[in-house]
Amino acid sequence: MIMAQMILAQTTLELSHFTAALLFSLFASIVFGITQRNDAREQIRYGLYCFAMFVGGVFAAGWVMWLLRR
Amino acid sequence: MANSSVSKPKTVEVRNSTTTQPMTTMSVLAPALGWLIPGAGHLIQKRWIRGLLLMFSITTMFFLGLAMQGRVYRPNGGDILDILGFVGDLGAGGLYIVTRVMDWGQGAIAHATADYGTKFIIVAGLLNFISVADAYHIAIGKKP
Repeated sequence: MIMAQMILAQTTLELSHFTAALLFSLFASIVFGITQRNDAREQIRYGLYCFAMFVGGVFAAGWVMWLLRR
Repeated sequence: MANSSVSKPKTVEVRNSTTTQPMTTMSVLAPALGWLIPGAGHLIQKRWIRGLLLMFSITTMFFLGLAMQGRVYRPNGGDILDILGFVGDLGAGGLYIVTRVMDWGQGAIAHATADYGTKFIIVAGLLNFISVADAYHIAIGKKP
């Protein structure tokens, strides 16, 4: 516990926006896949679908912001 | 043209939709344990892979948020958004309690990633709420 406190106090994890979005997508997709479907095969498929939608949403939002900035 | 048809009383089939689930020890223990330790509600019901994946995902997300210097909300935030943030954080259960006890999550806003970290912590808590509901559904036999 003390070790964890020292690590947390000294470390500042600086991720890029894209990396943070990818990690967010990964973990959220795992939880969605497990909790929203019953059978193992469906869970994997739904998890992959959620991940693709998250990442696709990131790219879509990126392009929209690029167009708005022009 | 007069409408001569007489409206017949419709027979409505009333189903008892409020069938109560039997309260078992597991249906109380699994959600409570799942809230306290993410994924434990599944592990106690011998859903090993699901439980471990949930535990890994939620815990890692929470600690990544802390490592990004994310802020952990207090119950007496005052602002409505702070209260909502607190509700989200509270979902992480034991992780939230440990964080408060150890006084982590003070949130130095000097970093741009600190804001991402705050969101990671909130979402980890919200995902744990979903995980708790899933553990309950397994316990009552609604989900295999």
